[in-house]
Amino acid sequence: MRQESGMTLIVKRITRITVSLIFLFGVYIMLHGHLTPGGGFAGGVIIALSFIHLVLAFGKKAALKRISETTISAFESIGGVFFWSIALGGLLFSGVYFLNFLPKGEAFSLFSAGTIVFCNIAIFLKVGAGLFAIFVALAFLRMPDEKEEGGKAA
Amino acid sequence: MIPLFVAIPLGAAFIIPLISKIREGSARWIAAGSALALLCLSVSSLWWVRKGVLVYSVGGWKPPFGICMVLDHLSVLMLLVINLIGFLVLLYSLDYIKKYTAPSLYYTLFSLLLAGLNGLAISGDLFNLFVFLEIASISSYALIAFGTEAEELEASFKYLVLGNVADLLILFAIGVLFGRASTLNMADLARSLQSISLTDPVLYAAALFIVGFGLKTALVPFHAWLPDAHPAAPAPMSAMLSGVVIKVVGVYALTRVIFSVIGITPLISSVLMFLGIVSMAAGVLLAIGQWDFKRLLAYHSISQIGYVVFGIGLGTPLGVAGGLFHLFNHSLFKSLLFLNSGAVEHATGTRDLRKLGGLCRTMPVTSATSLVASLSIAGVPPLCGFWSKLLIIMAAFQAGHTIGAVVCILTALVTLASFLKVQKFAFLRAAEGLCKGAREVPFFMLAGMVLLALLCIAAGVFFSPFLELVITPAAQVILEGRRYAGFVLGG
Amino acid sequence: MSLYALCFILFSIGLYCLLVKRNLVKKIIGLGIAEYAVNLFFILLGFKENAEAPIIDKYAATQNFVDPLPQALILTSIVIGLGVMAVMVAISVRIYEKYRTFDIREIRRLKG
Repeated sequence: MRQESGMTLIVKRITRITVSLIFLFGVYIMLHGHLTPGGGFAGGVIIALSFIHLVLAFGKKAALKRISETTISAFESIGGVFFWSIALGGLLFSGVYFLNFLPKGEAFSLFSAGTIVFCNIAIFLKVGAGLFAIFVALAFLRMPDEKEEGGKAA
Repeated sequence: MIPLFVAIPLGAAFIIPLISKIREGSARWIAAGSALALLCLSVSSLWWVRKGVLVYSVGGWKPPFGICMVLDHLSVLMLLVINLIGFLVLLYSLDYIKKYTAPSLYYTLFSLLLAGLNGLAISGDLFNLFVFLEIASISSYALIAFGTEAEELEASFKYLVLGNVADLLILFAIGVLFGRASTLNMADLARSLQSISLTDPVLYAAALFIVGFGLKTALVPFHAWLPDAHPAAPAPMSAMLSGVVIKVVGVYALTRVIFSVIGITPLISSVLMFLGIVSMAAGVLLAIGQWDFKRLLAYHSISQIGYVVFGIGLGTPLGVAGGLFHLFNHSLFKSLLFLNSGAVEHATGTRDLRKLGGLCRTMPVTSATSLVASLSIAGVPPLCGFWSKLLIIMAAFQAGHTIGAVVCILTALVTLASFLKVQKFAFLRAAEGLCKGAREVPFFMLAGMVLLALLCIAAGVFFSPFLELVITPAAQVILEGRRYAGFVLGG
Repeated sequence: MSLYALCFILFSIGLYCLLVKRNLVKKIIGLGIAEYAVNLFFILLGFKENAEAPIIDKYAATQNFVDPLPQALILTSIVIGLGVMAVMVAISVRIYEKYRTFDIREIRRLKG
């Protein structure tokens, strides 16, 4: 029942309400990755799903107008570079690769666990952008796809 | 310094897609620069390990609890092979890859491949080894399909299916070992698995490892993917796959797991030797009838890997040293031959030997370097292939393994015949129509080939200091077997 | 022990599907089954009866928990599996575009 631009009015209306909630939930999972189950990967998957939700409801054009393919790929690379620089930061500031060089803070509070929060943010960006890019490349664009970048986020 | 082996190419792989959005041309220089830095690091690592095994605890978590990276002589040999061939192949790609549509993707995947291989060579943790193996495999699947023509996709899918079966078997085997010893650190595992009886599940794990890594190495019962996958890739990538990937992902990982962790037993040793002999003979017999330049080379890879596995499987000091030396030499001349085939294809547009001819006049450098490589692989005396084959044959006679030695000699003869055919049809006979207008390839492609040819000659002429400096200590690591645990954990 | 045997049977089903089925998509599904069997095997290795999830909590210290290491490993392995699956699907989509079929009996231009 797909029309020119996405699905019916009901779906669009509901999507408008739920997408931001799903997005927030993803961010929540990611930020509490060092306290509760979840973390960068789970949060990234959720956020990619929120974008996929948007694409399915509003159709390819409307969604890709907001986030172009280049932006997705740039976000993914930024996530990778961010993660890499955290690892190298350990090497630079304290001489050991991947050392948790930031102050650990108080256990069970949001601002604790040193670099782990930042690792989660980096993985979040990489997985979110990577999964969405895989979806877009496979389902919509039929573009050349040497995009297996999900595997790197491990 | 040790984590830089992974950090540099991984960083390059992440940065290239970002930078190439701004300046398309800069991707190649970042990739080449990182490969050069890696080459310098791996040469200098020869000096680092002189005092003994180096252990690096990632994130400051001491083994056996954290992930550790171990640099011993065997790892150094592997790093040297990976980064030497990687750099020269990348040099060659600078000109070759221009004809494809998205060069920056190629450089990203290539850097990722280097990261995976380097990580595999220095990993001291079994699961970490698996993760790096996957990184290397995924990037090579994508690189095989890089041309996105029908044949390339088909070959890549074939490799994907069989490679995945191999990965699953390896993961299963890791699970069995983990269930038995409750640790994944390779040194700690080696310490826990002291004696193996015939009913031990560890033997089951060893069988799974042999099949899994055998699939990755393309030993003969498991070889079906290689003759499709290697020719389908872009030529520099075939050089990398045949020269480095099957050795590091297959032979190195197998040797490390079997010798340093599980411990070699007469049963495993004879299985390895049997696989080696069968691969040697079958590979070369399948190769001789081929008319596709690259497919012929791919079958020879199976046969030459057979030598390596046979030598290592012998388990004597001479045999292991010969096997490792042949591994190094094969990475030199097989990459060179694949680069030659790429140059021929670049200049004439075909790689069917029946349509080629007379290239020694129009492409003198390619022709000369391919002559060096062909003579090396066939084992003609002053060149490097001869010495390693000689060592393996001597070791086989010494160990009383006459059948193996005879098969080695016969294989060498058939290899010579097969490469005489290549030389005659592609380069020496009178020019055919297609090759009249062939022109020599651009500068960087020539540079990569000439440097590799010089290394082939140098490794042959100066084989004895090289053997003493690099190969023998590496062979020593294999022969010491499970005492690896003592070197890593201390005590 | 029977759980391990079931795991092995699941793995064999996946492997059978991967190697025998002639449709590319079915092969991919078979790969997924085999992969989950291996993952399940790992998780079972760390399993303890009547144990809790291995999460450190502010309120109550958990004494009896399952081994967290296999779970962490399997998380990584799942991510890798996702990457491999993405490459596989991408390549089979491209194969379909070139050959207009998913049947491997008709996808055989390579031989020798």
